[in-house]
Amino acid sequence: MLPDNSFLIQYPHVSRVVRSLFLTAFVAFGVGALMGLFQALHRTNVLRLFDSTDYYTLLTLHGVLLAIVFTIFFLAGVFAWANTRSLDRPPVSKPFTWFWVAAMSLGTTMAGVSILGGLIPASDISADVLFTFYAPLQAHPLFYIGLALFIVGTWLAGIDWFRQFLAWRSENPGERIPLQSFMVLTTMLMWFIATMGVAVEVVVFLIPWSLGLMPAPNPLLTRTLFWFFGHPVVYFWLMPAYLLWYTVLPKISGGRLFSDPLARVVFVLFLLLSTPVGIHHQYVDPGIAEGFKFIAMTNTMFLLLPSLLTAFTVVASIEHGARQRGGTGYFGWLKALPWRDPAFTGMALAGLMFAAGGFSGMVNAGMNINYLVHNTIWVPGHFHLTVGTAVALTFMAGSYWLVPRITGRELYSRPIGLFQVVLWFIGMVFMSAAMHRGGLAGIPRRTAEPQYSQIAFETVAGSVGNLRLQMAFGGVLLFVSALLFLVNVGLTAMNNKPARGLDAALPPALSGPEQSPTILDNLKLWALIAVVLVILAYSLPLYSIVQGAGLYPAGHEASPAVIAPLLEVIA
Amino acid sequence: MHVHDYEKLWLGASLLLIVGFISTIVYGAVGAGVVMVNDEGGQVNPSELGNTTGFDDPGVTKVGPGEYEVHIVAMQFAFRPGTVELPANSTVTFYVTSRDVVHGFQVVGTNANTMVIPGEVSKLTVEFDDPGEYGIVCHEYCGSGHHGMASELLVKEPSNFTMQDDTQTQTGGNGTTNATATATGGESA
Ligand code: HEM
Ligand SMILES: [Cu+2]
Ligand SMILES: [Cu+2]
Repeated sequence: MLPDNSFLIQYPHVSRVVRSLFLTAFVAFGVGALMGLFQALHRTNVLRLFDSTDYYTLLTLHGVLLAIVFTIFFLAGVFAWANTRSLDRPPVSKPFTWFWVAAMSLGTTMAGVSILGGLIPASDISADVLFTFYAPLQAHPLFYIGLALFIVGTWLAGIDWFRQFLAWRSENPGERIPLQSFMVLTTMLMWFIATMGVAVEVVVFLIPWSLGLMPAPNPLLTRTLFWFFGHPVVYFWLMPAYLLWYTVLPKISGGRLFSDPLARVVFVLFLLLSTPVGIHHQYVDPGIAEGFKFIAMTNTMFLLLPSLLTAFTVVASIEHGARQRGGTGYFGWLKALPWRDPAFTGMALAGLMFAAGGFSGMVNAGMNINYLVHNTIWVPGHFHLTVGTAVALTFMAGSYWLVPRITGRELYSRPIGLFQVVLWFIGMVFMSAAMHRGGLAGIPRRTAEPQYSQIAFETVAGSVGNLRLQMAFGGVLLFVSALLFLVNVGLTAMNNKPARGLDAALPPALSGPEQSPTILDNLKLWALIAVVLVILAYSLPLYSIVQGAGLYPAGHEASPAVIAPLLEVIA
Repeated sequence: MHVHDYEKLWLGASLLLIVGFISTIVYGAVGAGVVMVNDEGGQVNPSELGNTTGFDDPGVTKVGPGEYEVHIVAMQFAFRPGTVELPANSTVTFYVTSRDVVHGFQVVGTNANTMVIPGEVSKLTVEFDDPGEYGIVCHEYCGSGHHGMASELLVKEPSNFTMQDDTQTQTGGNGTTNATATATGGESA
């Protein structure tokens, strides 16, 4: 039997919500991983199952399913669990919760169908625009409307969590916000601000344009609005992983979080700094003055701070855990950690990869050195370390710990889990290292062909052919690992053995919240400062972009020009 | 607020690292003179490039001793001109724009790299000291034929270099190496 204080017994309804969110996340993960395998084999010329012109449909699916659907559905599941667990009360309204789950799911389905339409030549529906959908490349309206609906769903989810928090607050006036809830709320505040960019882009410009109601918008403007959202979204992916590192990993490693106040500072820094940096994705865009790029660069560098602080706190907490388990010595404590536990090992390897990804990210952020790597395959090399491993592997490892808690079933196989997380790590070492080196040789990202007749790519060491093989090999390992994960989780959900020892409590931090000033919990203040910083960083660049070419400059046409404008269809 | 000594040390070191990074970039900009692509190129009407000075007849123009301007038009799925020839020891300013969607422009193996956005002109200045052959690749997805979008840049010994005919016409073809003075279009798919 499950103990009375286990999450599933206390909150059966929230557990169901989390299960349904995870299910969508894992389906998206499986399909996305399959696309990843196709890409890795196709663009290295190892195995070609599709036409090169269809490559971009698969790549759109890969980017959208993994970077948007898998990550954000999983985030919603983790946040629904964490907010409920730490406030120790359920959300205010069950129908409201299901409403946002439905909105997110419907939006995802619409976008997914429009992308898949690209593989069926007979349908006029297509959305071969990649997950960045830069206008004037155009997708079917279904794609943009689905996306908008999905975003609205995430807003409602945030509102749900805030309502839950406010209900808690009225019962607990004057108390410090529980740490996990604090993390959920600051992350959602960041998300509300960040999604303003993409919401304006999609709702004001792209939907009316794709329906044929409005002319083509200024491409630099929509691009800038996209990156207004496109950078903070990477922290949105990362925050549930951080939440697990800060609150679950110490427990798994047998210890306690080193410092609660520092964890709060880190999340506040992300709220403040995540958005006013988006222009660093546009270092080599024309039409934006160098000064604006410089400001974005400076903010970006300061955004390193919360991640560097996280590295300290997480390692210190793990070390504390190891010493509680009897570990000693300078490095000898490492041996005392629960390396046989896939949840621990997966998160630890994810953290290690994040350090590597952080370094390649510092190169990207270095404004002038960005010339060397911009839009080369170095960039996917970088983000498969960050979102593709630090986040995705933490989610997989976290699932091994969390899925038994929301299903009440014993994990099907720890050895498979352990093998799977290590395999992901090894696969990523191969694929990502090859991508980084290929990028330095000038090989572009987002292309179906390994070779160009006019171009000889030159590597510093080793041959390009060799790099291609390493990339394909890594891709195969990653796909096998993804499959093992899905099988293991699937069999867990069907496992008849009840899980054991599911105590919902998490150990308190070594330095508790009482050590920090209460102003840290003043969410209104931080939200206000965050908005001011965004206005400072973006008002002048946006103003000058609109001054330059206007909102609807003349001479822009949609591509492909296949979508009959709505007005014509009606007429 | 209680902050552990080790935390303080780490915080200090982190801030030092950050300030260090920013300093190297400032040095790159001020000391080494790396200029970012910026808004100097101005705007154009992407449907009217045929009537826009420079882009109406894209290619190389000599503007001073050892100084050249190159206008390049990106389109689905080619660059015009398909081959650019320049002498070594030259300072070259590229003006690149797009006739249709967003493209990319990178001289492979160098740091000449810019986004190409319809309606905007990317201006970047590059020095070519030594002779050599470079590939130019479109590095931003621009449609189903994106992987065929590439061209060439030939940097020649100054003694072997003659200015290309300024009234060249564009022809189809796959932009293979062709050491004559006419450019061939790069409309390989
Ligand atoms: C089975 C594991 C995976 C494999 C084999 C794989 C492979 C690849 C390859 C080869 C590319 C480069 C395509 C190109 O630029 O031509 C790519 C792009 C990408 N991948 Fe993955 N990947 C995997 C997992 C993931 C995961 C877990 C995520 C995120 C959670 C992810 C996110 C992305 C994104 C956002 C892109 C860029 C798409 C674009 O440029 O539009 N991938 N992947
Ligand atoms: Cu292009
Ligand atoms: Cu292209």
